[in-house]
Amino acid sequence: MNDTPPPVALDVADIHKSFGNTEVLKGISLTAHEGDVVSILGASGSGKSTLLRCINLLEIPDKGEIVVAGERIRMREGRHGRQPEDRKQVDRIRSELAMVFQSFNLWSHMTVLQNLIEGPVHVLKRDRREAIGEAEMLLEKVGLADRKDYYPAHLSGGQQQRAAIARALAMNPKAMLFDEPTSALDPELVGEVLRVMRALAEEGRTMLVVTHEMGFARGVSNRVMFLHRGMVEAEGPPKELFANPPTERFRQFLAGHED
Amino acid sequence: MDFPFLFNTTGQLLAAVPTTLLLFVESIAIGGVIALFVTWMRVSGVFVLDRIARAYILVFRGSPLLIQMFMIYYGLGQFQAIRNSIFWVALKHPFECAVLSLALCTGAYTAEIFRSGLIAVPEREVEAARSIGMSGFLLFRRIIAPVALRYALPAYSTELVLMVKSTSLASLVTVWEITGVAQRIMTQTYRTTEVFLCAAVIYLVINFILVRLLALLEWRLSGHQRRRRDSLPTDAALEGTPT
Repeated sequence: MNDTPPPVALDVADIHKSFGNTEVLKGISLTAHEGDVVSILGASGSGKSTLLRCINLLEIPDKGEIVVAGERIRMREGRHGRQPEDRKQVDRIRSELAMVFQSFNLWSHMTVLQNLIEGPVHVLKRDRREAIGEAEMLLEKVGLADRKDYYPAHLSGGQQQRAAIARALAMNPKAMLFDEPTSALDPELVGEVLRVMRALAEEGRTMLVVTHEMGFARGVSNRVMFLHRGMVEAEGPPKELFANPPTERFRQFLAGHED
Repeated sequence: MDFPFLFNTTGQLLAAVPTTLLLFVESIAIGGVIALFVTWMRVSGVFVLDRIARAYILVFRGSPLLIQMFMIYYGLGQFQAIRNSIFWVALKHPFECAVLSLALCTGAYTAEIFRSGLIAVPEREVEAARSIGMSGFLLFRRIIAPVALRYALPAYSTELVLMVKSTSLASLVTVWEITGVAQRIMTQTYRTTEVFLCAAVIYLVINFILVRLLALLEWRLSGHQRRRRDSLPTDAALEGTPT
């Protein structure tokens, strides 16, 4: 064990979010140090995807603080409720938090390579040739080097999701948010995506992963968070948590997800 | 068949082609800019702008183009204020009046075509762009516009073809484009069939070229919707490829 933990990559405090009269998140806090892999578990409707979407402000939380690499996202009360104070800051922080979506969300009118260099060239304003070189390396890493000129529609689901992960990596993010990255895949394609994610965890990437893959949560992540009805019901290192479920509900959840 | 007459007629009509093309190009360009504005007003989420845009579309899409053209050419000149304004420099010419009314009309149709393209842009792809820090004009230029344009193109192609034909209405406000010239030859010779047949063929050729160009553009913009030459026939087969 280290005496000094690595710096905090992401700090989320007391997030609340309601849709109409339904309170989806009821005060969730989460701290991820650099290199942490946090699996977020929970039944559908427990608020885990909303939490992830609140972190990069695809949803605006009603209350709570978000700090990315030491920078707090400033919010103010606007005419239509709470809003970010500075849109530019939101854009910059989003570019530091790459998200991987359940249904890939690749840009269908661009090839895989174009998908990868879009952010680096147009958001980060990096040199195009440099970006291409880096994108090709990333595609090599996720096993898609020979598919760089394919359009997303010409790839399998697993290949699309690996391309989407490479697109996220191309932004060189401080933390990566995975929103059920394997839920839309055929069972036989889940493995290839999980292998890529495991490799990322091993190279020390900071990852927040909303998932139903218990194997990944148990074997890859160093922390597990179990949400129930918008609250953190259980949290801790996976070994302890899976061996001795602290609550009855978590025990039942695990029993329902035996693999 | 009186070939010398057909030859002579065709020659005179071809001389009017530049006028027709100029009517078309100018009205499409101005109408396109109007359409962009009106589309933006329609989707702005600002109630007043949205209502103004809807009213504009209702009026110019809902009433006959010929009447709009008459009102602009014969109607506006009745007002002393307009005759005294700087707009009179343009509005006293039939050509500019025809361009204006064609542009206003196609602007209304095109705004709705653009809006249908915008609606078709998958929200997921927009969200992906936002999630890496794109917003505002960059997001529109790089992600929304190319996809929306692609979706709008088939309907927009039809609008362009219709516009080529609509320029013939300008003959009724004394613009000497193809139809106007055809009518003049007809009144001089009374050979209706030959003259208008020649005119129709010229429109047909213009539209044929236009349609081919648009098809080429559509083909270039839809690589992602074609099957790759080297790709396997089914999804299942693709998913089986070792990686």
